[in-house]
Amino acid sequence: MIVEPTRLGIRDLASEALAGIIARPGRSTLTVLGTVLGIAAFVAVLGLTSTATSQISVRFTTLIATEVRVQPTGTVETAGRTTGPMFPDDAEARVERINGVQSAGISWSVGLDQVPGVAPVSTLPPGTGTAADAESFEIMASSPGYFRAIHAEFAAGRAFDTFHNTHAEPVAVLGEAVARRLGITRLDTSPTVFLAGEPFSVIGILNQAERTPEALLSVITPAGTAEQMWGPPSTANTPQMIIDTEVGAAQQVGDHVSLALRPNATDQYDITVPPDPHTLRDQVNTDLNMLFLTLAAVSLIVGMVGIANTTLVAVLERIGEIGLRRAAGARRRDIALQFLSESAGLGLLGGLVGTSLGVITVVAVAVVQEWTPVIEPVVTLPAPLGGAIIGLLAGLYPAWRASRIEPAEALHR
Amino acid sequence: MITDAVIEFDGVGRTYPGPPPVHALQPTTLTVRKGEFVAVIGPSGSGKSTFLNITGLLDRPTAGTYRLDGMDVDTLGESERTALRGRRIGFVFQAFHLLSHRTAVENVMVPMAYAGVARRKRHRLALETLRHVGLGHRAQAMSNQLSGGERQRVAVARALVTRPSLLLCDEPTGNLDTTTAGSVLELLDGLHRDGQTVVVVTHNPDVAAHTQRRLLIQDGHVHETTQGALA
Repeated sequence: MIVEPTRLGIRDLASEALAGIIARPGRSTLTVLGTVLGIAAFVAVLGLTSTATSQISVRFTTLIATEVRVQPTGTVETAGRTTGPMFPDDAEARVERINGVQSAGISWSVGLDQVPGVAPVSTLPPGTGTAADAESFEIMASSPGYFRAIHAEFAAGRAFDTFHNTHAEPVAVLGEAVARRLGITRLDTSPTVFLAGEPFSVIGILNQAERTPEALLSVITPAGTAEQMWGPPSTANTPQMIIDTEVGAAQQVGDHVSLALRPNATDQYDITVPPDPHTLRDQVNTDLNMLFLTLAAVSLIVGMVGIANTTLVAVLERIGEIGLRRAAGARRRDIALQFLSESAGLGLLGGLVGTSLGVITVVAVAVVQEWTPVIEPVVTLPAPLGGAIIGLLAGLYPAWRASRIEPAEALHR
Repeated sequence: MITDAVIEFDGVGRTYPGPPPVHALQPTTLTVRKGEFVAVIGPSGSGKSTFLNITGLLDRPTAGTYRLDGMDVDTLGESERTALRGRRIGFVFQAFHLLSHRTAVENVMVPMAYAGVARRKRHRLALETLRHVGLGHRAQAMSNQLSGGERQRVAVARALVTRPSLLLCDEPTGNLDTTTAGSVLELLDGLHRDGQTVVVVTHNPDVAAHTQRRLLIQDGHVHETTQGALA
């Protein structure tokens, strides 16, 4: 080599790229918009998903994760006639002996035959009211443990207990909505409701039932009373057991319920346990993310085309500059690298702004929803780099075009 | 070989392949010595641009040998020719080719980036060169705020800042009015008196009148000529 070669150092390259971006701030802003939106969408979707997922698991443990439901299936022969498989009389006690069970209760819907002229639920004795006074509410029978199992709270009065159940006392607990419709607000007057014409004393008004909100729309009588008056539950109104377990015990309790209830026929019950929290989380991730991530990817491609387009226009506009630089000692690769670093710089800028917007979105949504924002560093930290790669890819063709420009032609314009 | 020669053409010619082949520059033998102020004149289409491109290492001849500063440049590779162009030749163009959105001094600093001048020295050197062309007071002005004459002075400073052995000017006054053109030519005169080798390619006889030696190109043939022949 007889002449020391010319080259553009890395710092000069960086400052040329920066100068190129700053020279036209308005155009640069519009150019990176697509990348900004794409990266922001990526970060926001992934951040919101991880935030929502952690939120789901919080709610999950408090209620759903501690609930097991048991329903009898099939038919059995009892005393010569075919009935649905029912719970043994001491089902509640059997289940409550299982480790991890807080409380358990059985309930079923009492399907009263419509007697013409007699309202299913009324505050007036039969024959004194008109049909208009009648209300048709759900009448339910339940064991005493049911109220504990559904996390019941009372606006007035109390739940019935084992005494009422075993002695078939004519008492009833009203759901709040029912009580309001019937005009019963206080219990010190010993109000009475007539269920299919039979009088029942109201001893409690239910205003909270976390596990079975439909109980608020029902009239609930002791199981023993209902059985004596209307007979045992039929196959059409299968009883159901709700078990309230300790946190984390639901799966194990579910495994033992059948055996505890009927050791000789463990296949007679259908047990519903909550889904495994990990499975649920994965499901949320895949379901929710795919659509939004696809949209983000489309946005990124649009952003890439935007950068490619602007850089190509810039190359054509700056043919004179390219010629001058070539005359001043720039090699083809110096020109190509200059435009490549400009487009990569634009992409990096878009990535940084987009990442910031994405993080702000996640935090804002979390604040509004009173959630804890959860953002994985694995997502956030490489996001600006992703923008730079987009820019780099977008710059490949324009940079190649720029490097092909012949200085002799470029300079005589 | 002449020891103080900057440009040595030995039968240099350029033919563009046809059909029909165009002999843009007929085989030419000439020498430009260090410190000479030479005008290359001729009507458009005469081969001036081809002469400039070959001299400026922007194009390769198809015949003969071209030596710049005693080096046979035809045998060099593209990146070596680029390096030689950046270090030994300073270009001044009719269209100035200043970078807009940059100040005068930043424009002058551009060639030093490629020549590998240390970053901390560049600003001082650029400022010195701007003062040399009489534009020290406009160093921080944006290039699009400069007048035509000022722009061409910045371009001259940019061409000189790497201390090239040859200042190659292509119609340096083509975009300027007569008065401004005169001041730019005086600047070139001054550089010549300081010992700078200057070659001006032009179609304008007034520009040629400033120079000490004139080459006339007609239909690709280069002739030495005299003041009288031009008038």
